[in-house]
Amino acid sequence: MSSVTALSWFARHELKLAWRDWLAMMTGGRRGRKRTAVVGLILFAAVMHLPAWAVTGRFANLQAPLDISSLIVMTATIFLAWALMLSQAIESVTRVFYARADLDLIMSSPAKLANIFSIRIAAIALVVTGMALLFSTPFVDVLVLGGGARWFSAFGVVIAVGISAAALAIAVTIALFRLIGPARTRLVAQVLAAIIGAGFVIALQIAAILSYGTLSRFAVLTSDAAAAYAPGADSIVWWPARAVLGDTEALLLLLSASLLLLGVVMAIFSPRFADTALSAAAQGAPRRWIRGANAFRGGSRQQAMGRKEFVLLRRDPWLISQTLMQLLYLVPPAVLLWRSFSDRSAAIMLVTPVIVMAAGQLAGGLAWLTISGEDAADLVATAPLSRSRVIRAKIEVVLIAIGVIFAPLVMALVLAAPLQAAVTACGIMIGAACATAIQLWFRVQAKRSQFRRRQTSSRLATFAEAFSSIGWAGTSVLALSVPSAAVISALMTTAIVAVTWKLSPRRE
Amino acid sequence: MFACNANRDGDDFMKPGPSALEVRGLTKRFDRPAIDALDLTVRAGEFYALVGPNGAGKTTTLRMVAGLLRPDAGSVGIFGIDALREPVAAKQVMAWVSDEPMIYDKLTPLEYLEFVAGLWGIEPRISQACAHELLGSLGLAPNLSERCEGFSKGMRQKVALAGALVHDPRLIILDEPLTGLDAVSARHVKGLLGERVRAGCTVIMTTHILEVAERMADRIGVIASGKLVAEGTLTELRQQNGRTNTSLEDLFIALVDVKADAA
Repeated sequence: MSSVTALSWFARHELKLAWRDWLAMMTGGRRGRKRTAVVGLILFAAVMHLPAWAVTGRFANLQAPLDISSLIVMTATIFLAWALMLSQAIESVTRVFYARADLDLIMSSPAKLANIFSIRIAAIALVVTGMALLFSTPFVDVLVLGGGARWFSAFGVVIAVGISAAALAIAVTIALFRLIGPARTRLVAQVLAAIIGAGFVIALQIAAILSYGTLSRFAVLTSDAAAAYAPGADSIVWWPARAVLGDTEALLLLLSASLLLLGVVMAIFSPRFADTALSAAAQGAPRRWIRGANAFRGGSRQQAMGRKEFVLLRRDPWLISQTLMQLLYLVPPAVLLWRSFSDRSAAIMLVTPVIVMAAGQLAGGLAWLTISGEDAADLVATAPLSRSRVIRAKIEVVLIAIGVIFAPLVMALVLAAPLQAAVTACGIMIGAACATAIQLWFRVQAKRSQFRRRQTSSRLATFAEAFSSIGWAGTSVLALSVPSAAVISALMTTAIVAVTWKLSPRRE
Repeated sequence: MFACNANRDGDDFMKPGPSALEVRGLTKRFDRPAIDALDLTVRAGEFYALVGPNGAGKTTTLRMVAGLLRPDAGSVGIFGIDALREPVAAKQVMAWVSDEPMIYDKLTPLEYLEFVAGLWGIEPRISQACAHELLGSLGLAPNLSERCEGFSKGMRQKVALAGALVHDPRLIILDEPLTGLDAVSARHVKGLLGERVRAGCTVIMTTHILEVAERMADRIGVIASGKLVAEGTLTELRQQNGRTNTSLEDLFIALVDVKADAA
């Protein structure tokens, strides 16, 4: 086989793996659901045109040249999309380093490793860009339908953004390997991905709160201060926005720059990719020693179960990054709370739904980890402890963890607005209880390491958990503003949870 | 000799009593019958090896005995306790070790054993001493406080085995416990199991290593297509098949081939 044929064969192999990886994620690993997944995806893309129309429809008639405020908003939106893609790309690169079982095979083969890893880097870029195109298509479609073919150039910008995000992600991850070693890179990369994904929005929200007392990120972007500090209209900073609006020159420059960046990354890092992957494989799991007393503790069997769950939660890198993400989203409402403390602003009411929503989502994740993610399922099943007591111990852990995380926020709220604190506390408890119950009804036997794919085991549970959290968040804020509407909202959310229970698998 | 008396009621343990395991008419179907009205008795204090070809139903049988799988029909008695009606009482006196060690990556061996002892309600003072002794005897003393995530399969298997022994069970059920162990570790494990049997414990083990069954087991059961096709001491098996001075491997192949031909 010639080297060119071998490389194209490997490229096909990489894309096949990426496709099957995606398909497994969409079908929950069940075979024979390929058609359902594809039909579902098409339906999803079709339905997404509605929210896309609501969000971007009114911008379809935008014409160049834009005023500075519009340029800032558009550039910030593109930067946000880029940050999200970078976050996703870091995840993908880490997965390739640690989770692919074929590195031994590849590195023991007589193939030229630099070429092989160049293709792997290109495949990562292609997958990241493909996902970005998939999610951006409804929005661009709406702009094309409303404003004409010139908006097709937005696809070019998405491609440029995707390629540059993937290139940077590879550079960042390999740099992390070099700087802090493979043992810590996995956790740091995950935390970094979470922070990058959420950081930009949160920073804008905090800036908006500090300046204008509102959670709206557009408040800062459209402010006079932002316009005053913005560079001139000819600046390179506005290239992406100009390219989206159909400026061919800017688009070609962007695409060239991103391809150049990817080429440089491939040239520099492909030869080192093998060393990096070898280091990761050699390290496998890091050797970590636990210091401290080794005295066994007494207590009931449930207490033993609870202690084990707490230790595992504390040592779970996935959970740390997920929790950090949830907590990051709580930073803006916390700042709003702090700012509103003195002037009793009505904006403080916005804190409640954010906290309740975060509590529901976090409880869902914790409940999956404790109830479904049991690494020693046989041990627990053969222990002299009834299943109901095991479940009860695990649920207690989830609720205690939620209590510990959210109690300080509620306590701060008590000082500012006692009634709102009471409503928020109720919302947290009900939202967390419902999310936990849904995870309990749809529990599966899984490894904790499968946490990232927990949503795939049951789409119904995922949507029910999200709707329940949103419902209780909405109910909480309505309880403070329009109590009669809160009753209706509470009934609707209860109905969602009840229907979910009815549809859950029957158990003995 | 190693002996942790954490889960025993004084002298009662050594008194002759009911069979350690009494299985009657055990049946399980998946898409085809996996276990077909199986009867099996294992005496207290006996080392019993269950051998059979792949897919014969060894693991399914033992998983039903351990309470990990519900049978379609039949009964399981463990030291006179009906394991299907009183699973918690039955589980209190037994331990299960699977071929794929299921332990927590983020716990140290000591923490894992503390958790297991807590689940079985063992006094911490007793279980702690027992845990140190067990892990030491399995060669894990240098790794007591190291997280299990970096362990080899053999080390993980040893931790799982220590977990099974730390609550001093009266019946130990092991599914291919020697898989993935090096020769030294395998000898450690065999020695530990032998000591347990000499101390009055009952061991039921599946294995594909017929020499182990031949050398260690008091009695051997041969299972094929969900049925017990032969059972007894090695001498009894030879007599039943009219083959003197033949190895268990030859006997096993003859028995399984006959069963396959009959099917």
